[in-house]
Amino acid sequence: MTYDTHTKVHPAASGDALPEERTEITPSTQIMSGAEILLRSLEAEGVKIIFGHPGGAVIKVYDEMHRIKPEFQHILVRHEQGGTHAAEGYAKATGKVGTVLVTSGPGATNTVTGIADAYMDSVPIVVFTGQVPTALIGNDAFQECDAIGITRSITKHSYLVRDVNDLARTVKEAYHIAQTGRPGPVLVDLPKDVLLAEAPFQYPKTVNMRGYTMLDPVLPEKLHRAAQMIGESKRPLFYVGGGAISRNASQHLTDLARYTRIPVTTTLHGLGAFPEDDDLSLRMLGMHGTWWANQAVQHCDLLIAVGARFDDRVTGKLDSWAPHAKVIHIEIDQSCISKNIFADCAILGDVQDVLESLKSLVQPIDTTEWLEEIEAWRQECPLQYSNDGKLHAQGVIEQLRDQTDGDAVVITDVGQHQMWSAQYFRFLHPRTHITSGGLGTMGFGMPAAMGAAFGMREIGSSRPVICISGDGGFVMNAQEMSVAAAHKLPLKLAVINNRFLGMVRQWQELFHRERYSHTDLSDTNPDFVKLAEAHHCVGLRATTPEEAQSIIEEAWKINDRPVLMEFQVAKEEMVFPMVPAGAATGDMITDRITPNSFV
Amino acid sequence: MSENLILTPQQIIRKKAAGEPIQPDDSEMIQSHTIAVLVENSIGAFIRVVNMFSARGFNIDSVTVGATDDPTVSRMNIVTQGNGRIISQVLRQLSRLVDTIEVIDLTDTDFVERELCLLKVCYTKDTRSEILDVNDIFRGKVVDITTKTMTFELRGPSKKIDAFIKMMHAHEIVEVARSGRVAMQRD
Repeated sequence: MTYDTHTKVHPAASGDALPEERTEITPSTQIMSGAEILLRSLEAEGVKIIFGHPGGAVIKVYDEMHRIKPEFQHILVRHEQGGTHAAEGYAKATGKVGTVLVTSGPGATNTVTGIADAYMDSVPIVVFTGQVPTALIGNDAFQECDAIGITRSITKHSYLVRDVNDLARTVKEAYHIAQTGRPGPVLVDLPKDVLLAEAPFQYPKTVNMRGYTMLDPVLPEKLHRAAQMIGESKRPLFYVGGGAISRNASQHLTDLARYTRIPVTTTLHGLGAFPEDDDLSLRMLGMHGTWWANQAVQHCDLLIAVGARFDDRVTGKLDSWAPHAKVIHIEIDQSCISKNIFADCAILGDVQDVLESLKSLVQPIDTTEWLEEIEAWRQECPLQYSNDGKLHAQGVIEQLRDQTDGDAVVITDVGQHQMWSAQYFRFLHPRTHITSGGLGTMGFGMPAAMGAAFGMREIGSSRPVICISGDGGFVMNAQEMSVAAAHKLPLKLAVINNRFLGMVRQWQELFHRERYSHTDLSDTNPDFVKLAEAHHCVGLRATTPEEAQSIIEEAWKINDRPVLMEFQVAKEEMVFPMVPAGAATGDMITDRITPNSFV
Repeated sequence: MSENLILTPQQIIRKKAAGEPIQPDDSEMIQSHTIAVLVENSIGAFIRVVNMFSARGFNIDSVTVGATDDPTVSRMNIVTQGNGRIISQVLRQLSRLVDTIEVIDLTDTDFVERELCLLKVCYTKDTRSEILDVNDIFRGKVVDITTKTMTFELRGPSKKIDAFIKMMHAHEIVEVARSGRVAMQRD
C-alpha cells in the first residue's frame, strides 16, 4: 500500500542538509528581556492590535508595554473568552492573524472556548498564555495550569517556551503556522522566568520547520480530469465553504461560476463567497438551507466542493445525500478529503490557485434546463414568514439589510437568529458574514463583532458592523460592551429577544413533545436597554415593525458608541425549512407539520 | 490499495443498495497496520501523536518510541487497526501534525518487525525441563533464575511472542513485559 500523499519528504533522506537558523549576534543586536522580545517580535510580525488581560505571570509584559509603548494597540478586554472571540472576529473580518495575551491558570482556561471555536472554524489566531516559572511547573503553584495539555486537541500547534533564546523564533513560527495551509489557533505558553530573562533580540526572517512543509503543486492531470468532469456534466453545482473566503478566492469563484453558468450554493461559512443577489446563487444549503439549494444537491450530477468539509449539518444522513453526484473536492487539508463523502476527483491545493487554473481549462456549459428546474424549486418553496403585522426576527433582519443595502459586516451569535440571518440578510461580499459555525459558541457574537469593528477601523473601512444576537447568547459575553464603548466603536448590536433559548425550544417543540425544559429565560433576562446603558452604550427597544424601523434609523445616527437595539419577538417562531438532525436532506420540514415522526 | 479504492460509509451503503459487490479488502475488512512515524524528538511531539489517536477515536495496539541516528528525530512505531478508510484518515491526520516529519504505512510493504519480551515464570522440579524445552524451541534466553522462578528474554516478530506466551500459560506466569513492535522496511 502506498500513500504518496501522506509521505512527507524528510530533508535528511532527500540528501539536503538541514539548514540551521541561528540568531546572528552582531554588536548592534540589543540585549533585552523576554517580555520586550515578545513585544518587539509582535511589532516585527506586523501585529496592529492585541486583545489581552493582565495577571501575575505576564505582569512583566504589561510593564514593558507601559515602558516601550509598542507600535500596536492593546485592548483590555473584560474576560479572556471575550478576548479570543474578539481576535477571531478581527481575523475573519480582515484576513489577518488575531492575537490574544492572557495570564496563566484561569487566564489560560478562560481562552479555551475561543481556541476551540477558532480550531473548528479554521480561524488564524495566536494565543499567548503566561505560565508559572519553569522551576515551579508541575508543582501545583498558584495560578498554574497545564495550558498546553488542556488545549492540545483544539490547537493547530502549541509551544512551551523554555529558553528566552527560543522566544523570537517561536513567535515567528506561531504566526506562520496560524495563517498558512488550513488556518487555525496556535498557543504559546510563556513561563514567567523566560519573560524576565534577557537575551539578544533578532527577529528571524524565515521559518524552518521540516515537519510543516507546503503542498506540492497540483498535478495538471487532476485539473484536466476535473475540467473534463465539468464539461460532461448536465447538472453541475458548486458547493462552497469557508475555505474559499479564507484563501481570498471569492472573485475567482465568482468568475468561474459566471463563465461556466454553474449555480452556487454555500455553507454557513461560505456565505459571501458568491454574491447572493446573483441569479446563479442558490443561497445556503444544509439543515436550515433553502429548499431549492438542497433539492439541487439531491438532483445534481456533479458537485464541485470548494474549501468545504462535508459537515454533518450540511449533509444530514450521509447515504442519501447527493445520490446522483460525482464529486470534485478542492481542498487544502488532506484529512478532509474522502472523510465523509468520497471524492471522485480530489484536488489537494490552494483553492484560489486551483480555481484560477480551472478557468483556463473549462468551457461554458449549457445549464439552462438545470437552472429552470432549480427556479421551479425556488418558486415551490420560497423563504417566507408570516406577514401578520407583528414584529418578526426575519423582518428585523430584512430591515437591517435594507438599512445598509446589504453592505455591512454581520456577526451573529448562535441559535435561531443565526439561521435567520443566514437566510434573510443576503450576503454580497466575502468577509461580511462572521459566525461560530463548527463549535456553535453562544456568546461569540458580541466580542467577535467588537474585534471585527476594530479590524474595520484599522483598514479604514466604513462598512457598518452589525452584531445580530439572541437574548440567550448576548448575555454570555455582554461585559465586552463597555470595552467597545470605551473605544467609541460605532457597533450596532441587534438583540432578537424572544425570552427563550429559541433553537433549543424549537427542538423541544418539534422532537420532544413540547416539553420546554429550562429554556424559558423570561425570569432571568436582564433589561437589555438598562444593560446597554450600564455599559456606556445606547439602549433602544422595539416591539412592532414600525418601532423597529424607527430605532434602526435612530441607531444609525449614533456613531460615537455602540447602540443596542432590543427587538421583542414572539417565542413561537421557528426556523424553516429544516432537515432534522440525522434525517435525509430530501426530507425537509418546510413548516409546522407532524415532525414528531422524526423523533 | 490505491486512494480511490477506499470507500466511505455512503458508498458502501449505496453499493449494497445497488447490489454491487464490495471487495472485502477495500471497505470494511479490519486489518492491523504497522505505521512508522518520524517526529521531532520531544515529549510534546510524542504526546500530540498519541493524543490525536484518542481524540479522534482511533485504536492503538502498541506504540514504541526512541531516538534515531539523528538525535533530533524520534521514530515511533504504531500498531493500529481499522478498515481502509480509517487507516487512510489515521495517515492523513498524522501527516497533518506540525511535528511529524514522515509517515510511512509499512503494512503492505516488505518489512522486518521485531519485539522484545521478558517473561518470568514459576517452576518446580517437575516443570523445569518442560519450560526450558519450550524456551529452546523459541530460541529464548534465560536471563535470570532463582529457586522458584526463571526469567526469559525472547526476540522476534510479535506473533512468535504471542505463541511463546500462550505456551507458557500452561505454567504459572508471574509477569510479562513486552516492548511493543518496532519495524523497518527492507530495501
